Formats: sequence, C-alpha cells, structure tokens
Amino acid sequence: MAIIYIDDKPHQADAKQNLLHACLSLGFNLPYFCWHPALGSVGACRQCAVKQFRTPDDKHGHLVMACMIPAVEGTRISIHDPEAVAFRAGIIEGMMQNHPHDCPVCDEGGECHLQDMTVMTGHNYRRYDFPKRTFRNQYLGPFVNHEMNRCIQCYRCVRFYREYAGGNDFNVFGIRNTAYFGRYQDGVLESEFAGNLDEVCPTGVFTDATHKHHYTRKWDLQFAPSVCVHCGLGCNISPGERYGTLRRIVNRYHGDINGYFLCDRGRHGSEFVNSDQRIRQARLRRNGQLQAVSKAEALEHIRQVLTSSSRVIGIGSPRASLEANFALRAAVGERNFFAGIFQRELRLLNRVLDVLRNGLAPAASLREMENSDAVLVLGEDVTNYAPRMALSLRQSVRQGPMAMADKLKIPHWLDHSVRELAQDSKGPLFIASIAATRLDDVASETYHAAPDELARLGFAVAHKLDDNAPAVSGLTLEQTALAERIAQALRSARQPLIVSGLSCHSTAVISAAANIAQALRRTGQPSRVTFTVPECNSVGLALLGGRPLEDAFAAVRNRAADTVIVLENDLYRRASVQDVDALLLGAKHVIVLDHLTNATSTKAELVLPAATFAESDGTLVNNEARAQRFFQTFVPQPDVQESWRWLRDAIIASGRQDFAAWENLDHVIASMAVEVPALAAASKAAPDATFRMSGAKVPRQPERYSGRTAMLANIDLSEPKPPDDPDSPLSFSMEGSPDQPPSPLIPFAWSPGWNSYQAWNKFQEEIAGPLRGGNPGVPLVEAAAQPQQEYVRDVPAPFQPGDGEWLIVPFYHIFGSEELSIHSHGVKQLSPGAYLAMNDKDAERARLRPEDRIEFTIAAISYQAALKVRADLPQGIAAIPAGIEPLQGIQLPDWSRIVRVA
Amino acid sequence: MLTPEERQEIEAELPRYPQKQAVCIDAMKIVQRHRGWVSDESIRDIAELLGMSADDLDGVATFYNLIHRKPVGRHVILLCNSVSCWIMGYERLHQRLCKRLGVQFGETTSDERFTLLPIVCLGTCDHAPALMIGNDLHVDVTPDSMDQVLENYR
Repeated sequence: MAIIYIDDKPHQADAKQNLLHACLSLGFNLPYFCWHPALGSVGACRQCAVKQFRTPDDKHGHLVMACMIPAVEGTRISIHDPEAVAFRAGIIEGMMQNHPHDCPVCDEGGECHLQDMTVMTGHNYRRYDFPKRTFRNQYLGPFVNHEMNRCIQCYRCVRFYREYAGGNDFNVFGIRNTAYFGRYQDGVLESEFAGNLDEVCPTGVFTDATHKHHYTRKWDLQFAPSVCVHCGLGCNISPGERYGTLRRIVNRYHGDINGYFLCDRGRHGSEFVNSDQRIRQARLRRNGQLQAVSKAEALEHIRQVLTSSSRVIGIGSPRASLEANFALRAAVGERNFFAGIFQRELRLLNRVLDVLRNGLAPAASLREMENSDAVLVLGEDVTNYAPRMALSLRQSVRQGPMAMADKLKIPHWLDHSVRELAQDSKGPLFIASIAATRLDDVASETYHAAPDELARLGFAVAHKLDDNAPAVSGLTLEQTALAERIAQALRSARQPLIVSGLSCHSTAVISAAANIAQALRRTGQPSRVTFTVPECNSVGLALLGGRPLEDAFAAVRNRAADTVIVLENDLYRRASVQDVDALLLGAKHVIVLDHLTNATSTKAELVLPAATFAESDGTLVNNEARAQRFFQTFVPQPDVQESWRWLRDAIIASGRQDFAAWENLDHVIASMAVEVPALAAASKAAPDATFRMSGAKVPRQPERYSGRTAMLANIDLSEPKPPDDPDSPLSFSMEGSPDQPPSPLIPFAWSPGWNSYQAWNKFQEEIAGPLRGGNPGVPLVEAAAQPQQEYVRDVPAPFQPGDGEWLIVPFYHIFGSEELSIHSHGVKQLSPGAYLAMNDKDAERARLRPEDRIEFTIAAISYQAALKVRADLPQGIAAIPAGIEPLQGIQLPDWSRIVRVA
Repeated sequence: MLTPEERQEIEAELPRYPQKQAVCIDAMKIVQRHRGWVSDESIRDIAELLGMSADDLDGVATFYNLIHRKPVGRHVILLCNSVSCWIMGYERLHQRLCKRLGVQFGETTSDERFTLLPIVCLGTCDHAPALMIGNDLHVDVTPDSMDQVLENYR
C-alpha cells in the first residue's frame, strides 16, 4: 500500500496499480473510456487527465493521464484542478463531434458510459454544427447489432475481441476519424464471447441484437440476482423483465467466477423462458389427450394418484435447483429418489467430488485459472463444454511472459507495453483432447487421442513428477517425451493448474488428473485442479445423492413401482426411446414437472407447470462445489410455480399436513440442512427472506422504473399492490432500501452518475476485486486436512481401434448441445445439424466420402447422419454432436459399425 | 486467385523476415503493381498465403492510403495538400485539376485514365506545390504547366 495525495488529502492506494484504478477504488468519479478494469491501460482516449504535482510546493503541476501513472508512494494529484477539468471537458467535446444525437432511439440510452461521462464532465451543449461522418453498418450475426456512427474510437472492442478473447475475424480498418470497427466483410462474429462487446463498448456501437426484438430501457426493467443455467460454471447474471417477458441477460459481476464477461450461450440462451413451448397451465390426460386443468383439479388428481399408488418413485434433475430435487426426495422418500442421470455420470461426478474432498489440490475458480502460469487440459474442449472457462484459460498464457515485464519493471496493467514485450511468447498451456479445440491457437502443444490414451498421458505425467505414481507401460516415444515436457512445465510453475472433467466420460481421465495433483503435492508443489461438469446443478445433485436412472427403469420394469414423478428432466435426451417408453408407458401414472413441452412431458398423465430460473428462487452448485442462490426475476402466470411448491402441495394433498410448514424457500432449505448434512452450508449462500436493510427490502426495480401506475390500467384503473415475495429479501417494486445490498442480493449495477455496467466499480472492495463483503456463494465441499495419499493405480490399456468398428464419442457444441438454450433463435441458427465425424484416413479406408449418409447402431437402435471428415480426429474414433436432434438419448462412448445408407 | 508471378514474388520476400505476416505490406504492393489495386479477393488470397485472417490483413491495407482497395485509373495523381503546397498555390491546382478531369478527390475519370487522390506530403516542400503521377514527381507546378504535364499521360 502507498499513501497518495488527491487534492491535498492523503489516501491509501495499491502501489501496484495506476492512479485511475486508485481513484475509482477510492470512490472518486474520474471519467475514462479506453481503460477497462479487465483490459488494463493503453492511454489512448486522454479522458482520465488529472494534474500531477512533483512536490507539495509545486503549485504549477502538469497534466497526466491517470491510467498511465503508477500510484506510488507520495504521488500528488488533483482531480478538481480547473485545467484538468477543462481538459477533460474538451476531450469529451471532441469525441462528441461525430457522435449522433440519437440517444432517444439508441439501445444504449440510459445505460451508456458515454452519456455518463459526458454528464460527469459537464459538456451540456454541443457547439459543433457541421456534418458528421457516417458509416455503413454490418451484419455481425444473431447476437450483436452494429451502429458504427456512434463510435468514439476508444478501441476497447478490438482490444477485447482480438487481444482478450483471441478472435481474429474482427478488426479496426482505416485511419483517423474514419477508423472503422467491424469485420472484413459482413458475417457472423466467430468468437463465442462476441456478445460481451455489448458491455465492453462504452456507447451504442455494439448492442444486444436479441434484446432489440423486445427492447426495454434499463431503468424500466425488473432485475434479480441470478445464476446462469446453461452450463456447470455458475456465472452470475442479471436477467431483466418487463410486462411478464424476459427481455435480456447481462453480466452480473462476480470476482471469482465470470468477472466482467459471459459467454454468448449464457447471454443469449434464455429465450426459452418466453417460448411458445412453455407449459403455463397444468395438463391432465383425459381420453388420451392432455387438457388444461386448474391447479385445484391437478392437486385433486395428485391426491388420488398418490393415495392409490403402491410405490411412487421420483426422478430428479441436474438442471433443477437443490430445493426442487430435495422436495422431490421428500415427496417420494430417500429410497425412492433417483438422481435422473445414469450410473456412469453419477460415478464420474462422485469421482470429481472425491478429488475435491480429498484436498489434493484446491478447486480453482475462474479467476485463479487466469493467474495460473502452467496449465494442462486433460480431455476437455472447454470452449464448448464450459465456455466461460476458455476465456480464463486464454488469459493464463499471459502469466509466463509477465515475468519478463517484472524484470523490466513494467506494471502488469500497462497493457500494450506488456503485450509488445511479450510478442508471441506464451506461458505453457498443454491441451490433450480428443480433437482440435478452440483454444489450440494459444496452446504450447496439443495432443489428440482417444480418452484412454489421454488418461495414459496423464498417468505418465504423474509418474514423471513422482516415481511413486504408477508407471504407464507401452507408451510411444512421442507420448513419453510429451509427458516429460508437461511434467517439466508443471514442476517449474508457481501455480500449476490441471483442468479435466466429464466431457470425455472417462473415470480414468479424471483419475489421471487426480494423480498429477497428488504427484505435484507430494513433490511439494501446490497446484490447483478444476473439473468441468455438464449441467448447472450436476454437482448439487451428486451431493444430494440418489440412485441412478437405470435403477428407476428397472423398478418400473419389475413392477416394483407404479407411479413416477419426473422433475424438470427430458428423459429422452438421456436414454434411448425404448427405455424411456418402457418407463413412461409401463408406469400406471406419470407426473411430469417442467417448464417446456418436451418428449417426456407429452407422454405424461399429468403435467405441472414449473417455473424457470427467471420465475423462481433456488440454489445451484457449480463445478467448484460453490452453492449460489438465484432469485426470482418476475412473477409468472398464476398457475406456474416453483417445482418445490408443486411438490410441497402434492405432499400435502397426499395427506401429510406437516409439510404445510414449508411456507417459503427458507423452510425448505432449513429442512434440507437437517436431512442432508452435505448441503447444510447452502443456507449461507445468501441472506434469508427475513433480511432487511434499514428495515426495508431490496428493490428489484431501478428508482426510475416508469409506468407503474399505468401499465395495468387497461385491466384496472387502481394500481394493484406489488406482488409479495415470501421467499427472498427482494421486493417486486422500485421501493425499498437505497443502500447497497450484500453481494448475493445485488439485482443490477447502478450507482448515482453511473448508469452503465461500469457501475460495478461502485460495488467492489477495489476495482476488479471482490464485491464488498465477499463474492457470492459458499463452498459445500470441505477439503480434508490430511489428504489421502494413495495413487490411483488402474492405468487403462492402450486404445485399440476396432476392427470395422469405431468408438463413438459425443462432441459438445456451445450452440446446440444444451437443452434450454437451443430454444433461442440465435443459438439455433448457430447450432450444427446432426453429423458423424471421422478421421480422413478412416473414411478413405471405409470408402466413405464427406456428406455421405451413414448409419450407426448403439444399443440396438440405428441412427443416421451426414458424414464429416476431420483430420484432427484420431483414427478409430468417430464423433457425433451431443444433444442435437435426432441424435439424442444415446449413451456414449460406445462402439458401432458405420455403414453408408443406400 | 494470385497469379504464379505474384505468388513467386511474394514468396521471394518471405526469407527476409522472421515471420510470414511481416511480408503483408510488400505482398499487397506486389499485387497492386500487377493489377493497379487490391481487391477483396486478393486480400483473402494474400491473407491465406501469409497465415493471417482477411480481417488482419484488411486492417493493414486500409491503414495505408497508398494501398488502393478500389480500382484506379491508369495513372494515379497524388496531389499534395499539406501546408507548404497549400501556401504555394495548391488550391488553384486542385480547382484546375478537378475541372479539367471532371472528378473530385477519390474519383476516377470516366475514361479510366486518371484517379485523383490527395496526399499529405511528397517531401519536396522547397519546390511546392508538387504532385506525383504514377512514379513521376512534378514540382513547382502551376495550373498552366500542369496541363502540359497531363498531356504526357495517355
């Protein structure tokens, strides 16, 4: 820490940071454009000028750019010096010369950093009275809208897109005041993180193209603190609602997870909430047809079913909240609760939990990944499976070259100096995966092989690190040499990281990753591990426990159960048509709770309309085993309610009146803490419903929320009372405490004078650091103080390509493989169709050609797809896209012949 | 598609630099020497040859005003409009040129004979005003002498 003087008053500042960072951290309002907390300083826009004084006696001073000056001990500056104030006003006026007067029709209006900064500098009247330069706008894909005339040439977009996110299909063209930010030609932006341009751009050049279809100003949206449901990382989001529809998703800063950025699936994948496939009323099968019924009729039917059934089983879901799954378990009893995923996946999840519990290495947050200086990715294509993680791993390769910067005393925040120094040098990132990944461009080495070979490589690395780790026999010379290089890089790193996960469905791969962590630990090298998981609550479901899905199938097949309750789980996506048909048609009664019509719900006898994440509260557990609470953004139509409430009502209907005590979410969580000790800490994920600030609730609506008295006037002239929220300390209103809420309860970023996303500055302990009071979420897995010392010793045998058969593996696609986001138009547009990919040499040998229609057979069911040929796929392996129709419900990896269809 | 000569000339530059991408400006100049300008297609072809994205290369191309991204006439007139030439009579030259050729800056005559472009400095301020046609520098130009000069370019 250093003492710096701002307008003659001493302040504490981080000497490793720059003056702009220091001023903002201290709460001063100093305008800026080109600087971004995650992108560092380049000193381009000249907006953050302050006056610096050499000594206390220096009365003259000189103008400096705050973002370019280190906040070292004794620095004296003035923000309010008249010359600095005039300079900043002049810079804004210059930028505004070409900026159109279109704020009223601009999507950024009301949350525009340029507006905020213009107001802050006091540039109230425009004097420039001449023609402005104009541009042609481009089509940039379904997620990003382009309006170049608004550009102020701050260069943040290219810095984010090219330097931070690694995209090379976007650039700046031309020079001077005609600098143009876009693509060489119109087309879909290729980066999976392009949607962040919406928030990175300080004005309305890049805006959310999906929001445009049902646009609402930020101040008119109702928000809630929420958690993304489209993968297992648990990025924090702020969904916004108006008139009962979800309008958009923006990033909600979390210092340990998503930071300032989301992936495009998370940002644009939530249109399912408004889908016409939504189940909005209970449906009961009568005369073979599902017909809408009232809530009372539905509950009466449940009463009859539950009281007449001999045994009721419940099938849970990794995409439903902990509370919903727990309520189902409470409804059917622990013995009859099935996790809703197969044994294979449960075993993998439990293996991951074992590693985390064992304490070989702590689970790395995304922020910690960025700071890792040597990374081994074992088996994962993170961009497609846990997308936001790819952006963090991309930053990790900058850690190695930072040593060069340190040697030359270049501060890390001086972004272009560090990049200029580093040039193409990158820290070690080894990617061992089945085929090419979207991170390969920054990898020091890549290795493509079958899952068993990936595991063998991992085991070999562990053995290289520690002789006591099991040796791998029969390695090729290349494998041995690669293992040596990886071991060397991990050994000499300050903070090595091992990334693995569930996407290649191999326990051996996870065990190999664990062995490496174990070996590093035994050789005195602290490492971190991270595992990707498939769904937003996979880890929570595994912690809750429950029997595997195949046992549920068996129970119905063996007539051991006659009634099945399926919770938010389209079983046809997991299991074969035969198996699910046998379950759903074999059971006497099938009750499905879900929010979208799907293959499973259409087979049910009774369908109950469940609330989506945007209409409910609950807890999700991410891949680090961090429990995070998501809160209801808006009140759905009357019959739609949280799954746990439906289940509670069902339990009461079946005659167990004691469950009437479950009046709100906190009661469910309290009951869960007693019944499932592993989940007890989840109650601390956020303040409970009784929490108040100065006696008031936290408002979900901005202070300027308009139309409250008018928006329902077509129905009733007297303004209705705002809906009650028994489940949370948030109110469905603009009224409530004006204070900053605790971090898990921040619905949206806003602070006086700061209407844009940059308002997060005002919620952090220091800029880009943790939120005040700590980042949201609590760990549910405590690492053992004394880790178990044993290595896993079952090293798999070398992969043998089949004789006329291929090992078929699933390939995940960020756009298309996930169940809910596919309902978004943009995601659907970017998703691939069904295909089967194989190695070019394999295809040649099998006399197959690209686009041939081929057929393969898994578990006696045949599937057809078009053939894709990929040189990066190992021989003997074929891949199909995961979760994409009609290739669903296939349990992989498995072997099959592949034949051309005539 | 790049012609074999263009490709050969570009490849001859490669050994002179540690990275392929460093050849990009030379490569565009080579193509421009052969074709007069650099088309979208040429941008794609050169980028592919040098292992860059078309967006990377076009960022470079559009940065330099002497890489022509639109077709030009047989002769490109670069008329200096910076301060020395401006003092010494650039404006009269400019008016005369526009009138005589019937084009404004950035335009090409309908017979595709001339393209008129401004340039910031030709490095010959002591002989202002100056202009360049193709590779020929013309100094101390007056509106009348310029008429003469233009006659030499068919």
